[in-house]
This record gives sequence, C-alpha cells and structure tokens, in this order.
Amino acid sequence: MDKKTRILIAKPGLDGHDRGAKYVARALKDAGYEVIYTGIRQTPEAIVKTAIQEDVDFVGLSLLSGAHNELFPKIVNLLRKKGAGDIIVFGGGVIPESDIPSLKEKGIRAIFTPGTPIKDITDFIETVK
Amino acid sequence: MQELARRVIKGDIRGIAKAISLVENGVETVKKEALIDALYPHCGHAVIWGITGPPGAGKSSLLDRLIEHIRRDKKKVAVIAVDPSSPFTGGAILGDRLRMQKHAVDDGVFIRSMASRGHLGGVAGATGDAVRIFDAAGYDHIIIETIGVGQTEIEVMELSDIVLLVLVPGLGDEIQALKAGVMEIGDIFIINKKDHDGADRLRAEVEYVLSLKNGTGNTTEHPITMTSATLNEGIAEAYSLIQAYYTTILKNGNLTQKRKNRIENELKHIALSKIKEHVDKFLNIDDCLDSWVENVFQKKVSPYKLLNKKIDKFLQEINWK
Amino acid sequence: MSKDERFLQKKKEWEAGTLKKVIDRFPERKTEFTTGSWLSAERVALPESGDFDDYNEKIGFPGEYPFTRGVQPTMYRGRFWTMRQYAGFGTAEESNERYKYLLNQGQTGLSIAFDLPTQIGYDSDDPHAEGEIGKVGVAIDTIKDMEILFDGIPMDRVSTSMTINAPAAVLLAMYIAVAEKQGVPRNKLTGTIQNDILKEYMARGTYIFPPKPSLRLITNIFEYCSTEVPKWNTISISGYHIREAGSTAVQEVAFTLADGIEYVNAALKSGMDIDSFAGRLSFFFNAHSDLLEEVAKFRAARRIWAKIMKEKFNAQNPKSMMLRFHTQTAGSTLTAQQPDNNIVRVAIQTLAAVMGGTQSLHTNSRDEALSLPTEESVRIALRTQQIVAHESGVTNTVDPLAGSFYVENLTDKIENEVWNYLNKIEEMGGMVHAIENGYVQKEIQDAAYRYQQEVERAERIIVGVNKFTISENAPGGLLKVNPKLQKVQIEKLSQIKKQRNSDIVRSRLAVLGAAAKDPDRNLMPFIIDAVKDYASLGEICNVLRAEFGEYQESIVL
Repeated sequence: MDKKTRILIAKPGLDGHDRGAKYVARALKDAGYEVIYTGIRQTPEAIVKTAIQEDVDFVGLSLLSGAHNELFPKIVNLLRKKGAGDIIVFGGGVIPESDIPSLKEKGIRAIFTPGTPIKDITDFIETVK
Repeated sequence: MQELARRVIKGDIRGIAKAISLVENGVETVKKEALIDALYPHCGHAVIWGITGPPGAGKSSLLDRLIEHIRRDKKKVAVIAVDPSSPFTGGAILGDRLRMQKHAVDDGVFIRSMASRGHLGGVAGATGDAVRIFDAAGYDHIIIETIGVGQTEIEVMELSDIVLLVLVPGLGDEIQALKAGVMEIGDIFIINKKDHDGADRLRAEVEYVLSLKNGTGNTTEHPITMTSATLNEGIAEAYSLIQAYYTTILKNGNLTQKRKNRIENELKHIALSKIKEHVDKFLNIDDCLDSWVENVFQKKVSPYKLLNKKIDKFLQEINWK
Repeated sequence: MSKDERFLQKKKEWEAGTLKKVIDRFPERKTEFTTGSWLSAERVALPESGDFDDYNEKIGFPGEYPFTRGVQPTMYRGRFWTMRQYAGFGTAEESNERYKYLLNQGQTGLSIAFDLPTQIGYDSDDPHAEGEIGKVGVAIDTIKDMEILFDGIPMDRVSTSMTINAPAAVLLAMYIAVAEKQGVPRNKLTGTIQNDILKEYMARGTYIFPPKPSLRLITNIFEYCSTEVPKWNTISISGYHIREAGSTAVQEVAFTLADGIEYVNAALKSGMDIDSFAGRLSFFFNAHSDLLEEVAKFRAARRIWAKIMKEKFNAQNPKSMMLRFHTQTAGSTLTAQQPDNNIVRVAIQTLAAVMGGTQSLHTNSRDEALSLPTEESVRIALRTQQIVAHESGVTNTVDPLAGSFYVENLTDKIENEVWNYLNKIEEMGGMVHAIENGYVQKEIQDAAYRYQQEVERAERIIVGVNKFTISENAPGGLLKVNPKLQKVQIEKLSQIKKQRNSDIVRSRLAVLGAAAKDPDRNLMPFIIDAVKDYASLGEICNVLRAEFGEYQESIVL
C-alpha cells in the first residue's frame, strides 16, 4: 500500500461561508486524497493541533472575511513553533492579488482565488508533496 | 526506530501521530513491527471502548459529551474515528472530529481520523496497532468510533473492552438491525435523541430483543440508557453506567477473558497473514495466477489437485514432509 | 356569462375594491404611464379569453390572494422598491460617513452590515475576534458605537435594515435605546432585523445558541415588537444565504418557507395569535442571472406562502398572507476575473428582482469578489437600480411577465417541487429536525457540487472564467480596512468599561441571567435595560451562553 496523502481543510476566522471549503474537500476526496474537514470558526491553535494529530501533509485554509493577513501567517508560525514546519500550508478565498506576495513570503505556499479550477490545486499538491 | 518508540512513550504528540501513520501506511513492515515490539511492554493500562451504531445515530456528538466527563475526571483520552474510503478513488472525507473539535486545543484529548482503506469490519486495518500506540503513550481511555454500517462491524468487539451500541428512533429499520444480529456487538445500549418521537418505543423493543437473548427476561447484563447529545441530557448517567460496567467485568474476570480472547484472535490473525505472505511469495501467486486459471478453465487440472501439488512442494521445501 | 366578460367583471370589482383603497391613499407616481412610443402602458394587463377560473385561482389580481402578481395593486406605479445598499465596515465613525453619503446619493433606506465578532456576540477584545474586527461590517461593542453610527441620521425618517441574527435582540435593543436618546419614540421606528437563525445553522454560520433557546429569543422579539415597535419587521426569513451556499432556486424557496413555517409554529406555541405577528414577517431572496426562472421563483413563492398562511395556519387578515421580500443580487455569481462584467450580471439580476415584484433591493458592486466595494463601485450598483427604475419601462405595469406561457409554466413547476420538499420536511418533524439530521445541508451541498462540476467541465459557461478569458493585471484601488482599527476599537471599549458604573452593569446582567432561566419571561426589556447602562454585546451574549449553551455544527459533507 502506498503512503496516502492527507490534507486538512480548515476554516479559520469567523465567517461561515463554507461552500468553497466543502467543494474543495469533496473534490480532493474524489481525486483520491484523505481529507480531514473540521468545520467553521476554527482558531489557529485548533487548526495547528489538528494538523499535527492527524499527521497531515497539507493544510488548506479557506477564509472569506478578509482576516487572512492576520490569521494565515499566524498558523504557519504556530506550526513552526510546534516543530511541524514541514507541513505545507496553502490558502483560498476572497484574497486580493496585492496581498499574495506578502502571504507567500510568510510561508503560505500557494493562494487559490475564486474561479480556480480544482486541477490547479491537485497539480500543486502533486508537485510539492 | 527506538527513537520513535521513545517519543511515543514520552507522550510526544507529533511522535504519536507519526507512529500511527507508520502503522497505517503499512509499507515499512519491519519498522512497524519493531515499533510495536518496543511499545508492547508499556501497553495494557488503557480502557478501550468501541462506539458503534448506524450513521446518523449521533456517535460523534455523544462522544463529544462523554469526553467532557472523562476530562472532568482528569483522565487522558484518545479517539480513533474511522470513516470509509471510496472504493473507486481511495479518497476519503474524514469528518467525525468536526463534532468533537471543541476538544482540539485540550492537551489531554487526541483525536485521530482513520480511513478504512478497503478494510472491512467497520474499522481500519491499522486500528488495533493505533490502539497500542495510544496505550503505550499513556492515554487512560481509548475510544474507537466505527464507520457505522451495521452488521459487519464485529471487529470493534474484538478490539475493545466495552462496546457502546448507539441507536436512534426514526431510522425506520431499527428492528431489522436488531434482528440481523447487531445486538450481539453491544455491551451497553444507548438510545440517543431521546427527545425524538419513538425513543421510548425503541427502548422497549431493545429490551424485548435483549430478553430473548438472555432467555431469562432480565436485562441487567446489558444496561440500556437514554441520552440526547444535542440537549446534553442523560450523559452523566451513561458515563456512570460505562464506569460501573467496567468495574463489573474487571471484577468478575470477563475483562481478562476478553483481553485474552483478543490476543488469541490477534495471534491467529498474525500467524495467518505471515504464513500467507510466505506462501504467496513461494508460490509466486501474482505471476502464476493467470496460467493456473487457464489450466483449470481448460480442465487440464482440477483446482484441488493443482494447489495440493504446489503446497506439497512448499512443505517439502521447508522440510515439513 | 362568457369568459371574456368574467375577466372584465372581476377587473371592475378589483378596481373598485382593492385598487381604490390603495390608490386613494397612495396615488400613482404619474397620471399616465406610456411606453417609449407613447403607447399607453396598462396598469395590469389581463388575458381577454381563456379559462377564467384557472386564472383567478392561480394568478389572480395584484394585491389580492394568492398574490402571484404582487402584494400591492399598483406596485412600482405607486412607488419604486426601496433601494437599500448593504454597507458597513471599520468603525462606527467610518460607517456613519458612508451612510450619509448613500443617503445623499438618493438611497432610500439603510442596511447595516456588522462585522463577524458582532454577529457572533463577541466583543472586540475577545480572542475569537482577532483579525476580524471591522472586516465585513461595522464593529459594535456597546450602545456608544450605535450612537456614533446614527449620529446626524434622523431615525424617525430612515428605515433601517440590520443583518443580525443570533444577537438580534441585543442590536435591536441598542437601536431602540439610541432612538430614544434622539427623541424618537419606538412606535415610530421602521426597519427590519434579519433574526433568522435557522438558515445560520444550514448555510451562513453566525449562530450562537442551540435551536430551542434561539427560537425563544425570536418569539420574544415578535411579542415585544407587536405592541412596542409595531412598524418593525421582526424577521427577514432568508433564502439568500441558502442560495449563496449553492442551492437551486427551488431549494431556496422551499427551505426558506419551511423556516417560515417553523417560526410561525414557535410563535403560535408561545400563545400568540397568527394575525398579531404574521403581517410583520418579511422575506429575503437572492436574484440570480437565470432571468425567467428567477421571476417565476418570486411569483411561486408568493403564491405558496399565501396558501400556507391561509390554509395551514388559518390567517384571516390578508396582510398575514402577503410574502413581502427584500432581494439582493447574487454574490456567488460575481467573478474576480474581468470584474467589470459583473455590472452586466447585476443589471440582469436587478431586472429579475423587479419583474419578480421585490419590495426592496440591494445590488452588489462589481468588485465584491475581490474585496469590500469602493465608493465608486457602490455608486454604479445603485445607478443600476435607478436605470431599471427610471429608464427600462418595466416599472410602468404590474407583473409584466404574467401570462407568458413559459413563465407561468415555470411558476407552476417551481411550486410543485417546493411542495414536495415542504411535505418531506414536515414528515421529518419540521425544519429543526431536518437541519439536525443534515438533510437540508446535504441537499444544498449536492446541488453546489453538481453546479461546480459543470463549471469545471465547462458544461456551464461563466464568461471570463472558463470561456472568453484574458490575461489581466490585478485590479487596483481596492478598499482596505485600516489595520490599526482593531487596536482603536479595543481601546474604545476599554474606555467605556472604565467609565460606566460597573455595579449597575453587573446587576443588570445578573437579572438578565435569572430571567433567561424562566422560559416564560420575555427577555427584551432586560436586554434593553442592560444596553442602556453600557453592558456590552459580548457580556450580554456570555450571560445567555451560560444559560443556553452553544450550538455545535454537526454535519460534514
């Protein structure tokens, strides 16, 4: 049996718009991945602990409220602090183009904005895993 | 490898998580066995629960509430939540922990989701080893939450000290499930969603089926209790029932017997799979199968004759005969 | 009597009755309405032959049961819909400025967007609020923020819609208290609170308490307002977010009306009389780009609700049977690619809402798939409504698409499908159970998944996304929320906490907590007392959390 790629799809912050996160979770399942989904309103601490307990390879963050500049980097930093800096973090949601370079600089490896085909995400996963 | 075992025994979260991935992925057999061997002396302290019941019975929500009580007792708890893998893509959505996520930041709670990865029986192939890892890591309670498809989930019985069978009214086919033998799995019966219509009737039906099973009309052996996980009602009662049941089987020797049975089953299982591995390798089944099929199909040889010949050859090789 | 005459006869009756009553009090905008070529535009165009009984039963006359053609007899010939742009961001001061700008631009009602901590009952200094303060709306911690928000805005002359659900009682209490300070009595206040918790569980996510105490808070508001704030719309039962979550048009109507039934049942169970509150129920729908299906959807929704209220709940007052609704154009159809195309989408959706007979409308701005809208994009969105109102001509006649074979056929089809859902949900024991067992969420998610798969496979074309794409530069000039805002807002809150009389606050909260224990007490007066003494939103919600517990999301995929 091969090693399975495990992905945590998480919604930090307080917005309840989970249509995108659920779509991605379901589509990644259909692409053959094991996807852990934890629901809305997750704190950075809960996301990081979940990622570690579940021994995931990727954490995908979805946020539509505009709090990404605060919360995404916080999650990356917490992972590093807990010795799990090898877990790859990507994000999606309503994120202005102008915010992307600084998010990448802070360790978010990819940002997928609305309208991204799912194949872009699976290509990313297969390339970097 | 000893390094990973050391981290597990120390209770290091990431070490435990990595160890479970190792047993789960099953590619590195030697490493895996060495790990379990190293952990084995540290096992045997945890109480192992199974929780099973049909989808929609509220297993995770109930567990979420029970965890609160376990934590109030200052005990550490690990949950292994099993969800099915897609038979077509191998993918899985592991969502049980969503209902327990408020415990995510509690260091005394470890929740691990497992995909069944084709294993039948309501649990994953690596669930038993994962239990050992948590046991060695010092978790007081280890709870296995099954997929919840019903009759085939007997394996959870073999893995746990106590099995909670969660039932709810309104799924329509309760009685069918009862008849079909799911009842055999449960030690403690929990009627969840007790505020819904039909809960009392379901309880009566369960009592009836149990009385048939016991033949004596008394149901003390298998307690029944009613809860509502969403309204947070009946949880304390359920929790104390579970504790009392554990004390009973501890005292009357049933627990020891159960655990010995478990070891017996496991030894048989390991033995079989090891032998199978050797035989498979010797006979080179993967490569030969096509030509064997052809021969049997063409009636050049009968199935027994063909295989008896091969096995005899194998036994000679290992100086059995 | 030949069929032709029956149409005319009925029309005369309608003119002398339903129409006259309204037109005498509210004359039409013009004495004569014409097309561009000066042809006379009929108020209500009718068939001249055909099956009168069938027409009268299913379509009827505007302002009369079953209200398929609209809730008022003159519709937009009397007065346009309320143009109401949802807005709010940052601090109360900044939002106050935006509201004044919108009112100056000809907007006729306010619609307040609150930030997420406010919507979930957290103060700005709560750890859960981190990063979210002022992001999707204005941050309100205490009545002080509400005072600033309405500074210089006459609360007796503006109708205010507040998108607030779980803590609706608290925000309404603040609104009432601020109005009092402005010298405006509560019975003069007009507006709406969303107050629709069920769709939060299934689609929008800003819930706090479990269903039972949430429904209690809602009925407390119904009851309080029926005597104290009689012109207030106490709930806006919302399909908008269900649709945004990916439902179909049919599901949007079905689940919204099923929610409505649950609220009515809750109010009846608390002992209220149906006609004492049903007339204050309002609805909120989405307008998508599938123009004719959308028009049919609105018409079907009106007809079904009228039947439910009349036949199921035995309402006597026609007002109780009228489905009055606000509409917002579909946020989920906006694309980040070639954002100016969104102006066209919004125009089509505006037409759908108007030809569907909406009572008020928010049009989305072109840049909302990218960030909060700029002032310029908000203006274009408002202008879109004004163009449809003044230039398109669809407002010169009532229910312009009535009698279209296709639209009437779709209206019937939608109605049938909706009844199927309503019956199924009733069998499950109502909407709360249907949500708790995940049925509704699953139906929505399956529709959303199917839609997205069609987009992925380009079986469904989204212009600029999976066809007619171009490479484009990142758009500039987007609105940014001041990152210092969090600090400013927390500082403001801590000042208030220092200045207020904390003994009074403590006792107000204790009294509220005690009242919450007794399910027969109406909590509104206690909440109003607490906010007046500067108890914060978070403090009030925490008292209620302690009594009611918190809702736990339970359904995955």
